[in-house]
Amino acid sequence: MWNVIVGEILLVIGAIFLFLGSLGIFRLPDVYNRLQAGTKCTTLGAFSTVLGVGFIEPHWMVKSLLVGVFLLLTNPVSAHAIGRASYRIGVKLWKGSVVDKLGEYREGKNA
Amino acid sequence: MKVSKWLYTVLVLLLLWLFLTGSTSMEEVIAGIVVSVLIALFASDIFTEKGLKNLTPKKIVCAILYIPYLFWEMIKANLDVAYRVLHPKMPIRPGIVMVKTRMKSDLGKLMVASSITLTPGTFTLEVDGDTFFIHWINVKAEDVEGASEQIPGKFEKCLLRFLD
Amino acid sequence: MSAQVSGLIWIVYFMLVTAGIFLLALRFIFGPTASDRVVAVDGMTTVTTALLVILALFFRRVIYIDVALVYAVLAFIAVLAIARYLEGGL
Repeated sequence: MWNVIVGEILLVIGAIFLFLGSLGIFRLPDVYNRLQAGTKCTTLGAFSTVLGVGFIEPHWMVKSLLVGVFLLLTNPVSAHAIGRASYRIGVKLWKGSVVDKLGEYREGKNA
Repeated sequence: MKVSKWLYTVLVLLLLWLFLTGSTSMEEVIAGIVVSVLIALFASDIFTEKGLKNLTPKKIVCAILYIPYLFWEMIKANLDVAYRVLHPKMPIRPGIVMVKTRMKSDLGKLMVASSITLTPGTFTLEVDGDTFFIHWINVKAEDVEGASEQIPGKFEKCLLRFLD
Repeated sequence: MSAQVSGLIWIVYFMLVTAGIFLLALRFIFGPTASDRVVAVDGMTTVTTALLVILALFFRRVIYIDVALVYAVLAFIAVLAIARYLEGGL
C-alpha cells in the first residue's frame, strides 16, 4: 500500500505546481517572465503527476516515465523558440528590467 | 566509424522501441530489430556524431549521476518561482545577460541550454555560436564573467565529463 | 485487484488543474501580444498532457498514456510551428 500513498503525495505536489505555473503565467508582467514560470512549474508539475501515476500502477511506470522524459526534453526547446521569436518580432521587456545585453549586442552588430 | 555510428543508432532506437511497446515477446522484439536496422541505415549520419565513443563506462556513470543533480536544481527552481509568484509584491528584477559556454558540440550546447532553462530563475533566449543570451528573473551579475560563473559554470563541470 | 485512490485526491487534483486552465484561458483572452497567447497555449498543452495521464489512471485504461504521448509530440511540433510563424520564417 505504501506505493499508493507515495503516488497520491506526488499527484498533489504535481497539481500544486501546475496551478502555480498557471498563476505565474497569469500574474507576471511580460512574455519572458511568463515563460520562466510557465516552463519550470508546468514541467515539474507534469513530471510529478506522471511519476505519481507510475507509482500507483507499477505496470505503467516505464511508459508513463517515457511521457515525462519527453516533456523534460521538449519543454525547454519550445520555451526557447517562443522567447526567441518574441524577441525578434520586437516584444518589449518589462519596464522594470535592469539590463538588456542582447539589444546592445544586436545594435553593435548592425552598426 | 560508419559501423560504430550505425550500431549506436540501432541500440538507441531499439531501447526506445522496448520502452514504447513495454513487452518482451519474441515477435515484438524482432519487429523492433528490423525497424531499427532499417532506420539506422538511412539516419545514422544525422543521428550521431561520434557513434559508440559516447558509451564508455565513465561517461555513462557521469550521465546517470547528472540526473539527480538536475532534479534537485529543478525543485529549487520551482520553489523559487512559487515564492516570486505568491509574494504580493512580486520581487522580480529581470534582465537579459550574456554568457559564454565552454561546450563545443551541438549536443553539449543543447544540454547546457535546456539545463539553464529548467533551473532557478534563468532561461535561454538566444544562442549565437558559443554565446548564450539568458533572461534572468533576478539579475545578480551584469558582466559576462560573473554571469558565466554563476549560470552555466556549475552544469558545465558535470556535463564536460560525459559530453564533448 | 488494483489499488484505490481516495476520492479527496481526485477532488483536489481536478480543482487545482481546472483553476489553472481557467487562469491560462484568461491570459489567452487578455494577452496583449500574440506571444502571450502562445505562452498560454504552451502551458495549456503541458497541463493537458498531465490530465490525459491522470485520466488513464481514473478510467484504468493504459491506452490513454499512448494518447498522452502522441499529444505531447504533436503539441511540441505545433508550438514550434507557431513560433516559427511569429518569427516570419514560415
